[in-house]
Amino acid sequence: MDTAAGQEVVLKGVAAAPGISLGPAYLYSKLIPRVEEKSITPEEVEGEIGRLRNANARSEKELLKIHAYAEQKLGSQNARIFEAQIMILADAILMGAIETRIARELKNAEFVIADEITKYKQIMLAAHDEYMRERARDVDDVMNRIIRNIQDQKLFSKLEGASIIVSETLAPSDTVIFSRNQVLGYATDLGGVTSHAAILARSLKIPAVVGLRTSTKTVRTGDIVAIDGYAGLIVLNPTEETIQTLERKKRRFMEFEGRLVNIAGLTAETLDHKHIELSANIEFDTEMEFSREQGSAGIGLFRTESQLIGRASYPTEEEQYQAYRRVADGVFPHSVIFRTFDVGGDKISPDTEHEANPFLGWRGIRVLLDRPELFLDQLRAILRASTQKNVRIMFPMVSTIQEIRRAREMVSRAQKELDARALPYDPGIKIGIMIEVPAAAVLAEEMAGEADFLSIGTNDLIQYLMAVDRDNAAVAPLYQQFNPAVLRTIRHIIDAGHKKGVWVGMCGQMAGDPLATVLLVGLGIDELSVIPSVLPEIKKIILSIKYKEAKRVADKSLAMSTEQEIREHLSSIIKNKVPEIPFDE
Amino acid sequence: MIERTVTIVNRKGLHTRPAATLVKTAARFQSDLTIRKDNFEINGKSIIGVMTLAAEQGSTLTLQFDGPDEEQACVAMEDLFRRGFDEE
Repeated sequence: MDTAAGQEVVLKGVAAAPGISLGPAYLYSKLIPRVEEKSITPEEVEGEIGRLRNANARSEKELLKIHAYAEQKLGSQNARIFEAQIMILADAILMGAIETRIARELKNAEFVIADEITKYKQIMLAAHDEYMRERARDVDDVMNRIIRNIQDQKLFSKLEGASIIVSETLAPSDTVIFSRNQVLGYATDLGGVTSHAAILARSLKIPAVVGLRTSTKTVRTGDIVAIDGYAGLIVLNPTEETIQTLERKKRRFMEFEGRLVNIAGLTAETLDHKHIELSANIEFDTEMEFSREQGSAGIGLFRTESQLIGRASYPTEEEQYQAYRRVADGVFPHSVIFRTFDVGGDKISPDTEHEANPFLGWRGIRVLLDRPELFLDQLRAILRASTQKNVRIMFPMVSTIQEIRRAREMVSRAQKELDARALPYDPGIKIGIMIEVPAAAVLAEEMAGEADFLSIGTNDLIQYLMAVDRDNAAVAPLYQQFNPAVLRTIRHIIDAGHKKGVWVGMCGQMAGDPLATVLLVGLGIDELSVIPSVLPEIKKIILSIKYKEAKRVADKSLAMSTEQEIREHLSSIIKNKVPEIPFDE
Repeated sequence: MIERTVTIVNRKGLHTRPAATLVKTAARFQSDLTIRKDNFEINGKSIIGVMTLAAEQGSTLTLQFDGPDEEQACVAMEDLFRRGFDEE
């Protein structure tokens, strides 16, 4: 992509490690060595094996250095990733097999290494498991290192001064070795928040944004880039105004984070002891550790669509069971809410059909009810993971009462099928629904009569209520989460739930917006499920207010007639009650 | 030759770190160690081999020890599995 020189460009990705910094970019294109298949003569075998052993020794030396550095910076538990890589180098079985093949097949060392290690990599990739895929990346990392050393390519790790590394992807060892050279941030086109590199960046306290898709094509070495690891974006050629805004944000966050260290262990309750269940939204089991560190009381939304990433078909009951079991055990004694597959709309699906209007089309519970086999597989997997009674089920995109009834019938059917197989589950499992379709919001009381809990999905609810696609820049300002119509709808849902004696939570983006916390507490919300990175902030607000006062704030806000008035009111309240809260401007 | 069936008890299964611990323990003994899972067999002294075992919590593996110190190796390995590789 060509951009006019000096023009500010904002690239959006996924926040992987918090922090803000500004500096020159360093475009790191990974030296992936080219491997050619060459034949050698029997006389050359000895020399070829000698090159292999030399390269191994050099690779080991490099990795030992990285390992020592990682140990000092990250602690020995995290440094063990590199220990495994060092052990692969020292794997006598593997290296013996490679040497034997060089001698027998008369092929060059690089080719045999690549061929032999790739076999193991393929087995790992075939496991269709996020963790195994990451592990395959570690194996790749070692393979490339040996090959690069055979080809006498220098390991590039010296940078000119402090830089923001922009790369397609980063291996864990890149992440660590770069960090010796005053790295200001990592920006990558690929990768998720759960990659080893992202986890290491968080431990190293270096801001990171992943999933930027086009950063390596947009940014050039030496360009000035600002990285915002809170919002998950990078700004190329930031204007003076952007820089100042980010600097202020950084200062506020740093001051604030310094004071948050001790609240992770506290229960979220107001000064007058109203308890709010504060839990985390996650997609991958590897995020559990971070959300626990952030002080979450369980998982309020586990997006099961993560099971579909990179797959051509839906996972089997057994595959899903393994994944859900890991999460349920990992979060115990807290609970987890599994939301059944929410495919369609903007979400992935292995068998997407083209629709003119996907947001108003075949998605969420509509798909599941039309595909009973798929639905039952998932329900059985979730039920089987519920034996410790800490699992709940939630249905997305419900718009009619019949849908809940039919979905509950499917749960009963799944339970009977498990009975027939003599497999245990929690017979009292709680079943809730997302309220995100305006029709369901209007009928919230009837909906609550059929469900064990309600969770407000604000992203879709606001989009449908305001009739606005928030990805469409022309109408984006109409996506107003503090619009009085939205707030009154939320109040209606909460009151309706309470009238029927069921708890009401919120798991949309609004739940994690610090500006909304006082209002939501005042409206009587029972649970807030937020992305782990904002959890301490939201908890801090809850700990700093009184429910009684929050109710007054909510009443006053609900009587206002424009979003702007409401925002100003809430902003003045929070600045007064919790002045240390940093805000996005 | 001794054969034993063991179960993975630690929460995260046989991931990178436990795999390293397993191979290190196997290397302390002269005896060969073969690990079998669902008709898939690997050398227990090869880290890259052990890393390919997608062994989750609750899955079972068959261990086969063969060599002069097979009994000591077997005791050490069973103990390691019981302790969940000292992971948590």
